[in-house]
Amino acid sequence: MAKWGMAVDLDRCTGCEACVTACHAENNIPTVGPEEADKGRTMHWLRIERYWEGDFPDVQLKFRPVLCQHCDNAPCEPVCPTYASYHTDEGLNAQVYNRCIGTRYCANACSYNVRVFNFFNPEWEKPLDLQLNPDVSVREVGVMEKCTFCVQRINDAKIDAKANNEDGLIVDGALQSACAQSCTAKALVFGDLEDPDSEVSRLSGSARGSKLLGELGTGPAVTYLQKESWYESGDR
Amino acid sequence: MNLATDSRITADLLRPLLGTSGKYYVTVGLLGAVTLMGLVAWGYQMYYGIGLTGLNSPVFWGFYLINFVFWIGISHAGTLISAILRLIDAPWRRPVTRCAEAITAFALVIGGTLPLIHLGRPWLFFYLIPFPDGRGLWPNFRSPLMWDFFAINTYLLASTLFLFLPMIPDFALIRDRATGIRRTIYGALSVGWRGTPKQWHRLESAMQIMAIAIIPVAVSVHTIVSFDFAMAVVPMWHSTVFGPYFVAGAIFSGIAGLIIAMAILRRVLRLEQYLTALHFQKLGQLLLLMSLLWGYFVFSERLTIWYGNDNHEMPVFWATFTGEYAPFFWVMVACNFVLPLILLSNQKLRTISGCVVASCGVVLGMWLERFLIVVPSLSYRQLPYTWGSYMPGWPEIAVMVSTFAAMALLYTLFVKFIPIISIWEFKDGTHPGPEPRPIAEPRTLPARGAEAAGEAL
Repeated sequence: MAKWGMAVDLDRCTGCEACVTACHAENNIPTVGPEEADKGRTMHWLRIERYWEGDFPDVQLKFRPVLCQHCDNAPCEPVCPTYASYHTDEGLNAQVYNRCIGTRYCANACSYNVRVFNFFNPEWEKPLDLQLNPDVSVREVGVMEKCTFCVQRINDAKIDAKANNEDGLIVDGALQSACAQSCTAKALVFGDLEDPDSEVSRLSGSARGSKLLGELGTGPAVTYLQKESWYESGDR
Repeated sequence: MNLATDSRITADLLRPLLGTSGKYYVTVGLLGAVTLMGLVAWGYQMYYGIGLTGLNSPVFWGFYLINFVFWIGISHAGTLISAILRLIDAPWRRPVTRCAEAITAFALVIGGTLPLIHLGRPWLFFYLIPFPDGRGLWPNFRSPLMWDFFAINTYLLASTLFLFLPMIPDFALIRDRATGIRRTIYGALSVGWRGTPKQWHRLESAMQIMAIAIIPVAVSVHTIVSFDFAMAVVPMWHSTVFGPYFVAGAIFSGIAGLIIAMAILRRVLRLEQYLTALHFQKLGQLLLLMSLLWGYFVFSERLTIWYGNDNHEMPVFWATFTGEYAPFFWVMVACNFVLPLILLSNQKLRTISGCVVASCGVVLGMWLERFLIVVPSLSYRQLPYTWGSYMPGWPEIAVMVSTFAAMALLYTLFVKFIPIISIWEFKDGTHPGPEPRPIAEPRTLPARGAEAAGEAL
């Protein structure tokens, strides 16, 4: 059984947001327009947080891609009254859109604030409505959604591996989430944490690694890599 | 002599049921229109999407849940107060209990509707109900919202029963005086009441059982409402003090709501001789006690957080103490603590109007308290990048206004069909009525039953 995880190398991230765009395209995530975005209703499953460090003119800009951490002990899961938010055997925090009634409790409970809500029915301007990914369902108004670690790709890769590989296992690197695939700086690495030889396992064990809000005990499956803890380092 | 007094009491208390003025229809029409406005707003919201509200990321909960907690809080007026007063057999409770219990039932209906309005897809609310279906899917019993769903339904059922039981003899009284369709309806409502000693005895036992049973139910309901917040790892929500803090706050706002309702009833239904200054004195004292308790809870909650100086909690603390939400916080402290303390601790100021002013302050203050619990914590969650703010949208304001109208409407209709002061309990009491009657011989149950039976003729 796989355990999906990700390593995010903050020292490599350039903040280009290619991952955000790729995520939108892969997962049929609507864009909400400037007015709604101004109200704080953007729907990015993955966002690049920008932090400025130091005083002008000696300023440094740092980026942190934040996506669902797919916590082992996720605060969002037990609070859902309908099991729309639940944990899969492979360590994914899944969201069952058909079960979601929109209490938005999960989004409040999530300490990373990576859950996004359909405040209106999604719309795509023509001809963008023709480029929707057929492997991903389109969500309606009142439904919570979030990063799935591209579960449709995981399922495809599983079928593919079963058909073509002798041992039936997915080869490390053959499966990539849309964000990892599009990352030019190779800052995002996706893979199986159960496989000790996978790149994500190797990176997750790095001495540079830390968990976002690890002190909360949520057990994230995403590891952030950085030379030094820049947000705690004080003067440099 | 007793009979003369009794018939006057009956006449006084049944008066609202007998004549209907034009003013009454206008009032009902206005309140109905405002209530309808809220439902229309909900319809709009369902049609166009919940985005019509001011909710956003990170503030996913707003006015609907603030008002939900507020109304569930108001609902604690009734049942809990009247149950406790019944158990300790406080003689002054008699004219108060039914107004209080009616508040509970109506506030629960209103409060229970708000989470449905709050849902993103309210048409699927039945997923919350545990029913066996072909796919073997059940609701998630680990979710505090699920506990809420059960707690509120239990409380609604129990408090409706608790409201209904002592109404039976009064229904019978009306049945015996009415004709035609009214007689049929009140006859059905009085469930075969004849006033036999056995029936009196059973009623007394049933009420005693309900009075005891309802107290843990009421306490658990608001504790569970607090768990909706306390179970989440959100700054200043994840607190052990929330259970008792919410229960105290609920009773606090409940008493205030009751005082306001009683003052209005007294004026509108001309019940000055029944709801007297004494009742306001007593309830004012209770309000003062709850104000002190509330102040204690707020102090200990905030001192603990400030002293602990937790990275994630301090932004919320300062936002409510000196920051953007500080005006609300200090108005809340003034309304919930300073104002009641000034008005209610002084015998001279604890008049009817003094109590009403203090109660209005408390209702406002407790509404602000719920706002300050829901919004600032969500605005300032752990990751500073996601900090945000909240302004309600028009459907939220329309629904909020309509909840108050709905409360007034339900109450207005209630007093038209049911005597708002329990007639038999009032007569039974040693309470100073319009003409105090001798209280020499304590009457036993059979004696009273016989009298009531005689009276019905």
